[in-house]
This record gives sequence, structure tokens and C-alpha cells, in this order.
Amino acid sequence: MIEFRGVTKRFPDGTVAVDNLDLKVDAGKITVFVGPSGCGKTTSLRMINRMIEPSDGQILVNGNDIMQSDAADLRRGIGYVIQHAGLFPHRTIVDNIATVPLLLGWNKIKARKRATELMEIVGLAPEMAQRYPSQLSGGQQQRVGVARALAADPPVLLMDEPFSAVDPVVRESLQDELLRLQSELGKTIVFVTHDIDEAVKLGDKVAVLRVGGKLAQYDEPGVLLARPVDDFVDNFVGRDRGYRGLGFLSSDEIPLGELKTVTIGEAAPAGEEWVLVVDGERRPQGWLGAEQREGLETVSADRLVPGGSLYEIGSGSLRSALDAALSSPSGQGVAVDAQGAVAGAISADDVLRALDATRRDEQPS
Amino acid sequence: MILWDWIPRNLGTIGQQLLQHLQLSLIPVVVALVVSVPLGWLANRSPALRAVLVPAAGLLYTIPSIVLFVMLPGVLGTRIDSPLNIQIALTVYTVALLVRSVADALAAVPSMVVAAATAMGFRPGRRFVSVELPLAVPVLIAGLRVATVSNISLVSVGALIGVGGLGALLTQGFQEFFPTKIIIGVVLIVVLALLADALLLLLGRYITPWVRAGAGARSKA
Amino acid sequence: MNILNQLVSWFADPAHWSGSGGVPIRLLEHLYYSGLALLIGLVVALPIGLAVGHTGKGSFLIVGLANGLRALPELGVLILLVLFMGIGLIPVVIALSILAIPPLLAGAYAGIRNVDPAVVDAARGVGMREQQVLFKVELPNALPLILGGLRSAALQVIATAAVASFVSFGGFGRYIFDGLRIRDYPQMAAGALLVAALALAVEGVLALVQRSVVSPGLRASGGARRSPTADVASTPEPAQPDDPSPAPELAGVKR
Ligand SMILES: Nc1ncnc2c1ncn2[C@@H]1O[C@H](COP(=O)(O)OP(=O)(O)OP(=O)(O)O)[C@@H](O)[C@H]1O
Ligand SMILES: [Mg+2]
Repeated sequence: MIEFRGVTKRFPDGTVAVDNLDLKVDAGKITVFVGPSGCGKTTSLRMINRMIEPSDGQILVNGNDIMQSDAADLRRGIGYVIQHAGLFPHRTIVDNIATVPLLLGWNKIKARKRATELMEIVGLAPEMAQRYPSQLSGGQQQRVGVARALAADPPVLLMDEPFSAVDPVVRESLQDELLRLQSELGKTIVFVTHDIDEAVKLGDKVAVLRVGGKLAQYDEPGVLLARPVDDFVDNFVGRDRGYRGLGFLSSDEIPLGELKTVTIGEAAPAGEEWVLVVDGERRPQGWLGAEQREGLETVSADRLVPGGSLYEIGSGSLRSALDAALSSPSGQGVAVDAQGAVAGAISADDVLRALDATRRDEQPS
Repeated sequence: MILWDWIPRNLGTIGQQLLQHLQLSLIPVVVALVVSVPLGWLANRSPALRAVLVPAAGLLYTIPSIVLFVMLPGVLGTRIDSPLNIQIALTVYTVALLVRSVADALAAVPSMVVAAATAMGFRPGRRFVSVELPLAVPVLIAGLRVATVSNISLVSVGALIGVGGLGALLTQGFQEFFPTKIIIGVVLIVVLALLADALLLLLGRYITPWVRAGAGARSKA
Repeated sequence: MNILNQLVSWFADPAHWSGSGGVPIRLLEHLYYSGLALLIGLVVALPIGLAVGHTGKGSFLIVGLANGLRALPELGVLILLVLFMGIGLIPVVIALSILAIPPLLAGAYAGIRNVDPAVVDAARGVGMREQQVLFKVELPNALPLILGGLRSAALQVIATAAVASFVSFGGFGRYIFDGLRIRDYPQMAAGALLVAALALAVEGVLALVQRSVVSPGLRASGGARRSPTADVASTPEPAQPDDPSPAPELAGVKR
């Protein structure tokens, strides 16, 4: 666990980058610092490994005041990932990753072996081991940066906008990768970003800072979206926060409705209403409307209206349930089970009713 | 250590040597400038030529000046103490230094700028003179400054084989064991070099006002 | 051509290859003065260049020194030192070292300064101590420019060592000045050729050294990220690490 106690950073030129910060970072969780440019995110993060020294207050890591330990020793026990990865251009990938183990005095063979393991963990092909950073793509370099930070298995990981220099598609996959890694490793991660979507996606808790280095709100992402404490946070969280907040509400309570289905190869059903077409294993294929059915004798795959997003029962949020309903051509969202087979229908009304119920439950608190 | 009254008594000689020093060191700069702009342009246009010109320039730059001063009479048939040897040698060095600078500077002109100029209807020759060359001026001036300062200092080596402007003060001072001459010589050469450097710097600023405007904007960011 | 024949017969004469005035001895003398001066220059300039580059303190000194010394005529430095210290190895070697220092200093300083700040930051971030930052990260990344400075300094010293023969000293320059005195042009030309050959050979050897000690990771990047050392030499881009030609743009370099 990391604890800030009344931490202030005043730079020699008088700039107050962080102002009397009190904050507890939970062990084994991802905590995100988010806020507009210049609000002191980087400064706060870099004070944890003493890359910047606080002017006032105390920072404890696992109960120990960081000022009591030697700066270099402290840093060897804390992984650190920065924006452009900051890889050493004169060292091969495997040697970059082995940096901290070697600093800690491991022998070369053991350090390289560990580095090779880590390459696999972060999803780098083994043949990259002997390459140099300049021969890697931006996304690959960022993976190396993460691997280097993890090499000595530090309990704490500091990440300063690690994914902001890569394109959105790569960023998305790096974020997913980080979540997967975290579910296996359970590190205490402090993550800095100025992208609220990234913060909400990755954070177990999110700290919103305002310019001048003051903490504006520190909450779980769902709460942040549902109940911003003031206009600043509200503005920062941005438009659609109500809709995005649905992503943090469980949908287990929603009742499933009946859904009329027909299997490919069967006779086309009579009537006007929409019918969902499924295959032999009841996996959804598309929809048949009144128009498509005109003159149709048996149902085939080539005259279907494409379906919307699918809602997977058990693992979905209200957001995915509502999206399934809204994106379906018939207005009925398709709920599927873990095998992908159709389980029932979901309507937007059901989602809103579930939302109402959740609100009522939370009212007393 | 310095016999101050030696100076006024020999002002005439010193003046002549100074003049010769300037001729020996600056004429090569002018000639080299005229030669290296088209060479640099060629090197920039044709990769094959560049592959020859740039390494050749580097190789020439490796040859010590005293070597060229001594070898040129044998190659050109000039007298050993002819000023031409010094001037040609220094021209060679200056060209060697500038060709690469010009080629690099031209290569660094953003292709968007060249494309825009072409789109506006510039023909290649006109475009070179009014768009590409001006953008290469800062690099050119930087190269000229290095070459001019080196030349002014190198001319004195020529005194060893009989033509060296102020360098003669150094060799004579050594032979006559007369420190005044040496010190005056060294001081004048250094002052000359620094003056020329400063003048070129100012000239560069004067003819490329956009560079400083840009630099100011950048340093504020 | 006449001079060519004369040169060939000069080099073919066995008398020129033996004894205290023979080519091998002159070569050793030339290498000895140059090597010694370069070594002293390195011992003085490298620590200062690395320290100033690493801490950023005293940059103005290096910039001023590198630019100022370029204007100093090498012949003047040499003659003044000999005049005041007497003819001997020491004043000549000191003069040569003084000329070697600016390019060495500029190379070391610019090399360290040009290392990507993010890389240096990362080095501290993973827990390197200041010395480790300097020697494990900054120095290896600065090697191309440091060696560029070394090449410039070596050429400068070899050239000036030839000039030093004027103050009655050994080395290949002896042939030039002895020849000049007795109006023996072939001997002068032979001496000049030997100086040129030595300069080219040393340049070639140092280029090979550079190739073998600079990390391929720095070569692969092609110097694309490298920023110019404008504050030192106010000149064009420094030579790229894998470029065989020397870095004449570095301050203090003259031929
Ligand atoms: N070394 C320094 N000296 C003076 N002021 C500084 C220094 N470093 C940062 N600051 C100032 O402190 C404030 C906070 O900077 P910090 O880098 O922590 O911001 P940030 O939240 O990380 O912003 P960004 O999103 O742009 O990275 C800014 O106003 C910045 O200008
Ligand atoms: Mg920041």
C-alpha cells in the first residue's frame, strides 16, 4: 500500500505542482491519477520513487517512509514505465529487460532467463530478444518497457502515460493486455493518464486532480461517473457519463423475455414481426423482417438483416445490455449464454427498470 | 617580454602581412562558395554523385595542410613559395567542408515546401535560387564560419614554406628568438579570426531574419 | 612525370629506410609524439567533458573554449611554448595536447548532452546510481560523438606533429624541412606523402575501432533522433556514427 500524507511539492521557481495531497493507494489494485495537463499527475507519481522529492509531507510505501531508504535501492523495488518507454538504445531487448535484475546483482544467465520469460508474459516474440529498441514498433517498445519494469518482480508499478504515444488501436490492445496481466500478477499499480476513458477502463479507483495539484475526487470509476462531486469533475468526466456509467452496473437482475427464432433451412415463418435466425447450435445469424420474407420459402443465410451487439448473460453490464437492445433491428436485444447460444430477449425498458431498481437500492447510503 | 616600441616602427610591414594574410585566407572562401553550391546541388540531386562527392570530401579533409602546401607545386608546376599553393589548398578544404553542408542543407528543405513552390509555378532553376537556397543559408553560413576561422589560422602554416602572411612573424620570431613578433602575430591572427567569425554571424542574421523569429518562438514554448 | 619518378626513386633508395633518419624510425617518432599528446589530451579532456556533460554545470566554459581555441594558430602555440620552455619533447607534446583538447572536449560534452533525456530519466528510474547512469547509459550512447572527437583530435595532432619538425624535431616533418633547407623537393614531397599516408591510416584504424565499439543499436537508429550540437560548434549536424568520413564540424578542427 502507498500512502500520501499531506504531500506538497513546490518547485524552486515557486510553482506548486502538488498541494497537500492525502491519498491511500490500495495494495494489489490499479489506481489511476487523471486530470488536465499540468495538474501534477507526473509530479505525484515521481515522488513515489523519489525521482522528485516532496517539499512537505510524507509518503509511505508498505508502511515505510520513502525518505528513510536509499533512493536507488527504493527505485529497484518499484517498476517504472514512462511514455516513450525510455529504452536504452545501446542495449538489446533482452538486456534492456534484464537491467534491474543485473543491478540487483543477479548473474547474467539468470537475469537473461528471467528476461526471456517476461518477453513471453508481455507478448513479445522470442526472436526479438537480440534486436535493438530502434528496430521495434512503438507498441512493441512499450511492451518492452512494461517487461523491464516487471523484471525484478516488484510489488509496485508506476506507469506515466505509458500508452499515450501509440495509435488508438494499439493502445486498446495494450490496455486489455495490462488488465489481463494484472489479473494474474496482482501488483499495486499507480497509472497516470489524461484520458478519462482510459482511467475509467483501467482503474479500480480513480483520483481526479485539478490544476494547482489539488485532489478533486477519489472514487471507484462507477461512482465517479454517477456522482461527480462538483462541476470541475463533471466537466472533466465529460459527455455521455450517464450512459458510460451503465458500464459499471451489474445486469444480473434483468429478466429475459421470449424470443421468436427460426433455424436456417426451415420453412419461412408466416406473419409480420421480426424473427431471429439461428444456426444448428442456436447461435444468432441475423434477422428476418417482413420485407425479407416476401416470396421466401426456406430460410437461408443470404437474405438476413445483420444483428446488433450481443449481450452475454452473467458477464455483462447494463451498458452492454442496453446497447444490445438499441442496436438490434427489431428493438429486442439478443442475450446469449457462455457458449454463444441464444438465451432470450432483452428490451430497453427492462434495462431502465433494472437501473431504477439499482438507484433505489443505493438511496440510503 | 614584449618590446612595445617595436610595433609602431614596423606598422608598415605588419600592415602588408595582414593584407596578404587576408588575401590568402579569404579568396579561397569566396572561390569555394561559388564552387560548392553547384556541387552540393548536384550531390543532392543524384545519389550516385553524392556517394562519390561526400566521401571524397571527407577524405580530402583528412589530409594535413602542410602536405597539400608541399605537394601542390609538384602537381601544378607552381613555384614552392607561390601564394597560389596556399590559396588552392585552402580552397580545396573549404570546398570539402561546404559541399557536404550544402548537400545536407538542401536535403533538409522540407519536400512540402519544394512541392508547394513547384505547384505555384516556379521552374526548377528559379525555385532553387528563390526557395531552396535561402532555406539552406543558415547551414551555409555555419560552414563558412568554420572554414573562415580555420583558414585564417592555417595560413600561418604557409609561412614554413615561405608564404604565410602574419605567419611570417611567427617563423621570424622563432629564428630571431624575438617573442614580440610571435605574440603580435598570434594575437593578430586570433583577432582577425574572431572578427571574421562575428561578421559572418551578423551577416547570417541579417539575411535570414526568419530563423531568429522561429528560434524565439521555440524558446518560449 | 618527372616528380613521380623522383618520388619513386626516393622511396626505392634503401638508405632512406634504415638508420636514425630512416622512415621506420621517423614513423615511430611521429607516432610517439602524437600518441603521447593524444593520451594527455584524453586524460585531461575526457573527465571534464563527461563531468560537464553529465551535470550540465560549466557548459559555457566548454562552448567558449571550443570556439575560442579554433582561432588559435597551431604554429604560434608551438613556437611560443618552445621559445619559453626550450627545445625538447615536453613543450612540443604540451603544444600538441593543447590542440587535441578542444575536439576531445567538444566530442565528450556534446556526446553526453545529446543522449535522449528520457533515456537518462529511465536509467535513474530503474535505480541506477549517478555513476552507473554515466558509465552504463550516457557513455555508451555518447561513444559515436566521443570517437568522432578522438578522430578529429588525432588528425589535428598528426598534422601539427609534422609542423613541429620546424622547431628541429623528429617525425616525418623532418623530411619536409630538411628538404626545404637543401632545396631537395623530392625529399619534401616524400615527407608530405608519408604524413598523408599516416593520417589516412590512423583515420582508417579509428573508423574500424568506432565500428567495433559502438553498439549496433545506435547505428540502426541512423542518428535520426540526434539533435545538432549547434551550441558547441554552431555548425552543421555532427557526422553520423557509421559514416566513414570524419566530423570536421566539431569545434577546433583544422587541417
Ligand atoms: N522541474 C520543474 N520546475 C518547475 N515547475 C515544474 C517542474 N516540473 C513540473 N513543473 C510544473 O508543475 C506542474 C505539474 O507538472 P506535472 O508534470 O506534474 O503535470 P502533469 O499533470 O503530469 O501534466 P501532463 O498531463 O501535461 O503530463 C506544471 O505546472 C509544471 O509546469
Ligand atoms: Mg505528465
